[in-house]
Amino acid sequence: MELPLVLLIGLLTAVATWLMLSRNLIRLLLGFAVLGNAVNLAIFVSGRLTRDAPPLVPLDAETITGAFANPLPQALVLTAIVIGFGLLAFALVLAWVAYERLGTVRTDEMRVAEPPEEKA
Amino acid sequence: MSSLILRAGTRILAPMMLLLSVFLLWRGHNLPGGGFIGGLVATSAIALQGIAFGPEAIRRTLVVPPAVVAGVGVLIAVVAALPAALAGLPFFTGLWLKLDLGDGAVLPLSTPLLFDIGVYLTVIGGVCALIAALEEEPSLEGGEEGG
Amino acid sequence: MGGWLAALVLVVPMLSAGATTLAHAAPRLQARLSLAGAFALLAVSVALLAVVLSDGMVVLQSGNWAAPFGIAFAVDTLGAVMTVIAAVTGVACLAFGLGEIGETERRAWFHPLSHVLLLGVCGAFLTGDLFNLYVWFEVMLIASFGLMTVGGTKAQIDGAVKYVALNLVATLMFLLAVALIYGLTGTLNFADIARSVPAVANTGVLTAAATLLLAAFGMKAAVFPLFFWLPAAYHTPLVSVSAVFAGLLTKVGVYALIRAFTLLFTHDPDWTHTLLLWIAGLTMVTGVLGAAAQSEMRRILSWHIISQIGYMVMGLALATPLGIVGSVFYLVHHIIVKANLFLIAGVAARLTGSMELKRIGGLYRSAPWLGVLFFIPAFSLAGFPPLSGFWAKLVLVRAALEIGSWWIAAAALVTGLLTIYSMTKIWGEAFWKPHPAGEAAARPLAEAPPAMLAPIAALAAGTVVIGLFAQPFYVVAERAARELLDPAAYIATVLGEVR
Repeated sequence: MELPLVLLIGLLTAVATWLMLSRNLIRLLLGFAVLGNAVNLAIFVSGRLTRDAPPLVPLDAETITGAFANPLPQALVLTAIVIGFGLLAFALVLAWVAYERLGTVRTDEMRVAEPPEEKA
Repeated sequence: MSSLILRAGTRILAPMMLLLSVFLLWRGHNLPGGGFIGGLVATSAIALQGIAFGPEAIRRTLVVPPAVVAGVGVLIAVVAALPAALAGLPFFTGLWLKLDLGDGAVLPLSTPLLFDIGVYLTVIGGVCALIAALEEEPSLEGGEEGG
Repeated sequence: MGGWLAALVLVVPMLSAGATTLAHAAPRLQARLSLAGAFALLAVSVALLAVVLSDGMVVLQSGNWAAPFGIAFAVDTLGAVMTVIAAVTGVACLAFGLGEIGETERRAWFHPLSHVLLLGVCGAFLTGDLFNLYVWFEVMLIASFGLMTVGGTKAQIDGAVKYVALNLVATLMFLLAVALIYGLTGTLNFADIARSVPAVANTGVLTAAATLLLAAFGMKAAVFPLFFWLPAAYHTPLVSVSAVFAGLLTKVGVYALIRAFTLLFTHDPDWTHTLLLWIAGLTMVTGVLGAAAQSEMRRILSWHIISQIGYMVMGLALATPLGIVGSVFYLVHHIIVKANLFLIAGVAARLTGSMELKRIGGLYRSAPWLGVLFFIPAFSLAGFPPLSGFWAKLVLVRAALEIGSWWIAAAALVTGLLTIYSMTKIWGEAFWKPHPAGEAAARPLAEAPPAMLAPIAALAAGTVVIGLFAQPFYVVAERAARELLDPAAYIATVLGEVR
């Protein structure tokens, strides 16, 4: 089961890298979203993939009996998704504001902070 | 966006989603669910209102500014970590208070639940602040925290 | 109760952030709460440092879950010292901010965001868990995104786009390294990782993970060749915001590098530490050359952050006791000096009307005391005795000579020399030459609000004290270095209860 997932991670990383090399801010952010998914899958795979019961203790018991899935990667991925969501949301607002105020989403045309002809 | 179907549907859906979000929050301690997921469901309900009735509806539903909701949430979550000090236990140790309601019914109250309520409010406030920032005229307002 | 003190270092900024959010409608109350919160953080972190210095490392097993299973906070001397310095910077910059910000900036959540930023920084210094470090980094990052755009000007948005873009990439690299390390060692607790690393069979993947972490932390620390976001962004926000950023944020990256490459990854120093040494040399030289080409005060200072980061990484890369002492000493000295220089640049711009050196001047005539205040951190930055920067550089250069790394010592000395050039440039242009718009255009120091001058004077006094009474600070740095170079003690303290 690991191999298809690993191949998928590689594919997503490739797609994301291609998107992030773009000068277009929106593509860069899309690339960030895709790469985020690739990394989350990587965390998931490194927790080892098993077909076991969910890691929930039954109401009338003290511990789980039998094999159960590793809960830690799920917690890590959930946290990473939340954080990635927050960052992406902010970045999208920023891109929107940048488009409104600077009139472009192309990063090489954004030269307000570092004006090109400062040698004068 | 002023579709009659959407508006009529929202009137029924939004309250039910809010109810579901509280249910998810409540059962979250022992079963799948919790403050974050509950908060997101509640935010979806509020966002649905915003889509159906305009951004003004979001502010009306929340009554106070979204950031204040998030601020209260953070404060509640921090407070949940503190009672452990009174019991001489480390920071964030979970404590339970089992209230006996008579007839064998027990209402378990705990600091993890309090923490979840804090997360619930933080998520609602934070995400609503973002939605407001995206829907209204663009003025940057950061101020959401990860759950 | 050392553990609770460590917890309070996190609780206080959380409460301040919450309280200043709720007091949003009451400006005066909000300002008071904000400043009180910063002072409370300072008090708590000083108390924590006192406990660490007297009783040794403080470990907090949050939620009473024992170390490798729960999230552990482990505070050694370095962590405690950094927290105190973070609080000092927080107090200074918030105080400065009270004089600087207007209603627009206040309404854009300046105060709550500042406290969230301090929370993230302190959390990163205290945590003993790799994933938790990631979370604190993100808390810090979200707050810094908000602070960066607090004024909403075009230049700020432009700078923020670059800052955000590169930090998003660094974030994912960090997370990917976390995934690899978790897959290899099965744990995320620093002590537990350090214990498991020697037993990992697949050292190739381990080194790859270490290099990914190096790249991620290096991007936060703005080392060569990952520094381009810094001079593109740091001159755009409010002065108080850029001073916090300049003082603290990159140093969190350096701190993470020190933690990772003393405690976790010492399995392949031929690769990692040699790489670090090259990075250190190139960072120093490119930073200082970049600064020489600039003519705007904050951009000059931004490039100098980069060159100074090189010194800190250099001590780490040498990996000798003296080298680590130098890095730790440099961290402390640099945060104070650099934050102060940004604040002084802010006052200078307020008195003369611009940050651009060509358009200003005459400050020596109109505000001679500002010249004195500028001289202290500027000379300290360049490494003049007897100021703090001299001792920091002296220790590092000695450490390099001790193990025969002549070229890195030479790079450090040349960088120091070129730093004098930049500082002289600011002095000559902003202070010495007459103001191009006439003598009246440079206004006297009395016109700057006292809230701005007090933190500058306090930080300058701190610089002088560290310089003149360097011995106690050196002893603390030495102690921090000794702890860093003895991972076994760290591991035993954190995991003690489960062994």
